[in-house]
Amino acid sequence: MMSKTLTRPILALYLLLSLLPIYWMLNMSLKTNEEIVGALTMWPSNLTFDNFKTIFTDPSWYDGYINSIIYVAINMILSTAVALPAAYAFSRYSFLGDKHLFFWLLTNRMTPPAVFLLPFFQLYSTVGLMDTHLAVALAHMVFNVPLAVWILEGFMSGIPKEIDETAYIDGYSFPKFFVKIFLPMIKSGVGVTMFFCFMFSWVELLLARTLTSVNAKPIAATMTRTVSAAGMDWGVLSAAGVLTIVPGALVIWFVRHYIAKGFAMGRV
Amino acid sequence: MARIELVDLAHAYKPNPSAPSDYALRPMNMQWDDGGAYALLGPSGCGKTTLLNIISGLLRPSHGRVLFDGKDVTNLPPEARNIAQVFQFPVIYDTMTVFDNLAFPLRNRGWKTADINKRVQQVAEMLELTGDLKHRASGLSVDAKQKISLGRGLVRPDVAAVLFDEPLTVIDPHLKWLLRRKLKEIHHELKLSLIYVTHDQVEALTFADKVVVMTQGEVVQAGTAQELFEEPAHTFVGYFIGNPGMNLLPCKINGGAAHLAGSSIPLSPDASAALSGATGNTTLGIRPEFVECEFEQMPDTAPATITSIRNLGTHYLAEFRLGEHTIAAKLRQLSASAGEKVWLRLPAERTLYYVNDKRVA
Amino acid sequence: MKTYNNRAWFLILPVILCVAFSAILPLMTIVNYSVQDILSPTQHVFVGTEWFRMVMRDSELHGALYRQLIFSLSVLAIQIPLGILIALSMPAQGWKASMSLVLIALPLLIPWNVVGTIWQIFGRGDIGLLGYAINHAGISYNYTGDSIDAWVTVLVMDIWHWTPLVVLLCYAGLRAIPDAYYQAAKIDGASRWAVFRFIQLPKLRNVLMIAVLLRFMDSFMIYTEPFVLTGGGPGNATTFLSQYLTQKAVGQFDLGPAAAFSLIYFLIILLFCFVLYNWMQRVGTGDKK
Repeated sequence: MMSKTLTRPILALYLLLSLLPIYWMLNMSLKTNEEIVGALTMWPSNLTFDNFKTIFTDPSWYDGYINSIIYVAINMILSTAVALPAAYAFSRYSFLGDKHLFFWLLTNRMTPPAVFLLPFFQLYSTVGLMDTHLAVALAHMVFNVPLAVWILEGFMSGIPKEIDETAYIDGYSFPKFFVKIFLPMIKSGVGVTMFFCFMFSWVELLLARTLTSVNAKPIAATMTRTVSAAGMDWGVLSAAGVLTIVPGALVIWFVRHYIAKGFAMGRV
Repeated sequence: MARIELVDLAHAYKPNPSAPSDYALRPMNMQWDDGGAYALLGPSGCGKTTLLNIISGLLRPSHGRVLFDGKDVTNLPPEARNIAQVFQFPVIYDTMTVFDNLAFPLRNRGWKTADINKRVQQVAEMLELTGDLKHRASGLSVDAKQKISLGRGLVRPDVAAVLFDEPLTVIDPHLKWLLRRKLKEIHHELKLSLIYVTHDQVEALTFADKVVVMTQGEVVQAGTAQELFEEPAHTFVGYFIGNPGMNLLPCKINGGAAHLAGSSIPLSPDASAALSGATGNTTLGIRPEFVECEFEQMPDTAPATITSIRNLGTHYLAEFRLGEHTIAAKLRQLSASAGEKVWLRLPAERTLYYVNDKRVA
Repeated sequence: MKTYNNRAWFLILPVILCVAFSAILPLMTIVNYSVQDILSPTQHVFVGTEWFRMVMRDSELHGALYRQLIFSLSVLAIQIPLGILIALSMPAQGWKASMSLVLIALPLLIPWNVVGTIWQIFGRGDIGLLGYAINHAGISYNYTGDSIDAWVTVLVMDIWHWTPLVVLLCYAGLRAIPDAYYQAAKIDGASRWAVFRFIQLPKLRNVLMIAVLLRFMDSFMIYTEPFVLTGGGPGNATTFLSQYLTQKAVGQFDLGPAAAFSLIYFLIILLFCFVLYNWMQRVGTGDKK
């Protein structure tokens, strides 16, 4: 590897710069609005948790978090569940149109969400799914499922076919083999997949806001509402922002071993 | 060409090893002569790769020293030791041609282009790679790639020893033989010291002049193929070498004879003397090649029943039941069938005795 | 080797249904709209390729496309090398590795509007550390008023936001290189640069392809972050394609032209990715292990 004397400072510098904006937001979330617009200080002179309190006590705020978590969770599970058999098929079998199908799946990831705005609006209205968590979860599957299939296929290809065959000879039925033998072997792949599904669904705003109004409104929408309201509530806004980082940080903390080991999206 | 010595060498991953099991490589001493071909033989995890990496400099031992021609190289990095190492899978530079691959070490040393060309051609010819020099290395077959890996090691004229870490693992069986023969040719021509790590005894015994057998971090015996076969110093060697390995039967020593399963095998006077007063597990060892089979009770034989007979063309492989023990024997002729009662003779000059797995007589 | 079995389609069926529902139906709607003039919900007039021609001639669109291309290319040019550099600087194992990974990945997990908000605050001269510091250093900096400042801020924001993705991918790729390669290079006396050029970079080829593809696609589709940060301004200095499309579709409610533009937009990305994908496949004849 590169010599430590050179790389450690580079890494340290990058981490410092990278964390600076986040630190700044944290800083602001612990100040009152008066202090924020008054003078620029590196840390709060009057530490206050009021901003966070507002979020935890005001339903219009914390509902946003709950809604987001709900549809992201639904999406994670659905995307992974649907992608697993498909990835297995791509990995183990060749069939009519397989390469084209794979590419078509990938193209879904390539479509700008902006393109889907209106059609989705009309589609989900027609089906009566407007303003539901399921709608957002389904909409997000457009770009998460192809990615999930892509990643899982790569990991599955790393498992030799002989394992499948041995299991069949040993008398396992396909579902039993899949759940008891195969899945544990691609644990890291499933971990990485769910991480990506979480990530891309949690952070997406445009579709989430378009498809919801009141009941399933994500936290992202609540925050933009704040900005356009009269008077910038910087403190609460910053607190809300800090809280949106927390679930992500937790997820990445839990999958950190998988990332270190098996982040390779398969074909690496 | 280098005389390699290992002095009080040991390696442990933990800082303060106390028990033998803390060591990946237990304390050992070894000398390897200039220009010889040696094999490190043992099952997976026995420490042979650790030992190899210590010799090559990729691993710094936690105890002891490594000497090349009397010079202490323990703290020297690999590139300063004039060694070459070939790994389990071909390690080549994908983006370079075969020529560039072979030339790489020389370029790094600042050689002149004309000299590089000459040397690379020499080595390529030796390895029968001349036709592929202009091709991209990544497109060649696996065995050709291993030859390139080897070539990069041979291309430096001052290379003293070539170390191999199970290099034929990924090669197809029918090509293994060709490569092995090529290695022997090179050994003859260049007279380098070669150290070859493998878990395959056939490879080790055919390749090397002297084989070092290892198990669980310990060197149990170093010797020629014949020595290992006829006089294994450790039960592991007896069991590991030979196909099938040595018969190892627990026994009790009493009154000048070894007792097992109700029969007594008389001991020679030397054996008897060596075994008197021995405390610990006593094991009797005899190779299937030396077990004799009689159809009538003779003096100094033990009764046994045939459990299976297999005709392997050149000989018969039979298994016998002696009490609760199983004995295998390789016999030239055996006209008998399973279930028959026979008497087995274990010739004293071929029977070896081990106390706590180490040879005593 | 894969066995040929058309019954594999049953395994794919759930995926096809989901994605078809979410993708094909809308796409059909778009195609439908792109060739019609929607005068009112009940009055549709077929106009053929008129919208397409109109969109192609739209100079505002050209401007947005031009800005978008510059943005995406700048993004690639900076994030890929930077990502490789940081990945090389990270420890290979141990708690420090885990720690670095978590900290590096943090920006990736922030909702995109919050990313915009963070930088909106950070870059302000009155309440933001960055804006304040720059202005105090004597450089006049105002990302809402000055186009160059806005561009730089949007770029830095994107670099801050997405370089971690490249880092994580390259990091995984580096971990996949067997030790034996480094050992052999040591024995060959290779320099640090040679190790990078002849071992690490070639072995990262696949990962880099994924990184380049993903970054290009995502940067070409970017909407939320720049919208929150600059609103596309000042003027339309930082208005990229997605925002332009949204403006047309939602703001002006011109469904026909918007639909036509959507199709063109999608096809542009598709084309670039197809070309990129094939090019990178050809770049190394790569041995498939």
